Amino acid sequence: MFDDFFIRALVAGIGVAFVTGPLGCFVVWRRLSYFGDTLAHSALLGVTMAYSFEFNIAISVFIISSVIALILIQLQRKTNLPGDALLGLLAHSSLAVGLVVIGFLTFIRFDIMGLLFGDILAVTVNDLIIIWAGGALILLVLKLIWKPLFASTVNYELAEAEGLNPDRAKAIFTILMAAIIAISIKMVGLLLITGMLIIPAAMARNISDTPQKMVLFSIIGGLLSVIIGLFSSLEFNTASGPSIITASLVLFILSLLKIKQSIQLKN
Amino acid sequence: MGTNSNTLVKLKNAGYQQNDKWLVKGVSLEVEKGKIVTLIGPNGSGKSTTAKIALGIYKKFDGEVEKYTNKIGYVPQKVSIDWTLPLRVRDFMVLTESLKEEAIDEALSLTGVVHLKHKNLGNLSGGEFQRVLLARAISKKPELLVLDEPVQGVDFTGEIALYELIKKISEELNCGILLISHDLHTVMSATDHVVCLNGHVCCSGSPSDVAKNNEYKALFGEQAAQTLSIYEHNHDHVHSNEGEIKKN
Repeated sequence: MFDDFFIRALVAGIGVAFVTGPLGCFVVWRRLSYFGDTLAHSALLGVTMAYSFEFNIAISVFIISSVIALILIQLQRKTNLPGDALLGLLAHSSLAVGLVVIGFLTFIRFDIMGLLFGDILAVTVNDLIIIWAGGALILLVLKLIWKPLFASTVNYELAEAEGLNPDRAKAIFTILMAAIIAISIKMVGLLLITGMLIIPAAMARNISDTPQKMVLFSIIGGLLSVIIGLFSSLEFNTASGPSIITASLVLFILSLLKIKQSIQLKN
Repeated sequence: MGTNSNTLVKLKNAGYQQNDKWLVKGVSLEVEKGKIVTLIGPNGSGKSTTAKIALGIYKKFDGEVEKYTNKIGYVPQKVSIDWTLPLRVRDFMVLTESLKEEAIDEALSLTGVVHLKHKNLGNLSGGEFQRVLLARAISKKPELLVLDEPVQGVDFTGEIALYELIKKISEELNCGILLISHDLHTVMSATDHVVCLNGHVCCSGSPSDVAKNNEYKALFGEQAAQTLSIYEHNHDHVHSNEGEIKKN
């Protein structure tokens, strides 16, 4: 059944959507959109490292993204630069270094467009295993740190005062972000991964009144985006990543109608 | 002040500095089971900072903190909650500890806001939110309650009722309370131990001891009894802008 490239892409995308749903909610709640972007940009460097040393792409991206995240945390502690400047610095310098390294790798034919925007043809059975096993692990860890992470998202001092150790939860969450980027890079591409995290969660915010509902709708939104996006990418011969993100945008716009409706109901 | 088995948290000569400026220095105090310790002092005197040292929110502090409990309920002075989160009162109640539905209702009833259970937290008034904060802190039946201006924004009759509730909780749960308050009436009637801060401990003791204390008299005076909120500090020393202490 996994012989067909389209089935493989669909199974991979569904696996990714299950993980980006809840993680995306935290990205929106904790205002980490640009942090996600920075990790995703640094993923290019991870990919080039993988090619250079003939290493698994997902693992290589995970390592490089984690290192970049650690560097960011150190820079935040030791410099007086604002957070967004540090994020921009790391995002663009790691992207640039990644592209420079590609220039040196003349012996490899590089599908740079596939890397930036995702390529459904590239998904192998091996990738499926990484996505589903890695995804299950990410969700398991997220469930374990849910309480301290959520409490500190609402209010850091309450979480710290009442003994939930929010700093540890934050560090683990950072690693989970690097992990989801690593496993989803082939599907969505590094420029659009953050979109997959944010847009379904933003759509879910429009139609939810509790955190649990928002997570649920965010997963459903992500699943629909993957299914609609991949089918239209097959139909219109468009790149997989942009098609998925466009589908999620359409869902977001539909969710705005719901807001309009509830405002009218209140009036 | 010897440590005994009733001690919940103990500060020894604790201090905290931020950007090379001491926010508070040389604070020693102890909260025991069933006792209410109140911190008083003017704005910027380090009351909240002292509470945060005791709670472990500030990690790089001076001196020593000994904590003998992990069951802590905290009402911060300022709570800024980000409204990108869809959060109802009920969700907020179980933020740091899972509770049974009855326990949630009971705590919300005690502070008089059970009718708000399914309301969005962002739609509450200041006083309502304050009551929810207090309900959340007591709902987990803590051993130590740290209340930083817990009745701010609550209407006058509600204020008295809430202070009575706090006193009742300390007796029923036998929990220790570290209270930060501007309201001297309450401080004097319900407290076991008063600590007057102004960047350091100006005076401390039982309410009657403190009331007899010259520094306290200088602080709050007879006139101040009528105009409690605008008390002046007249000490044998003044504080420079850098927080240093200069003798008169």
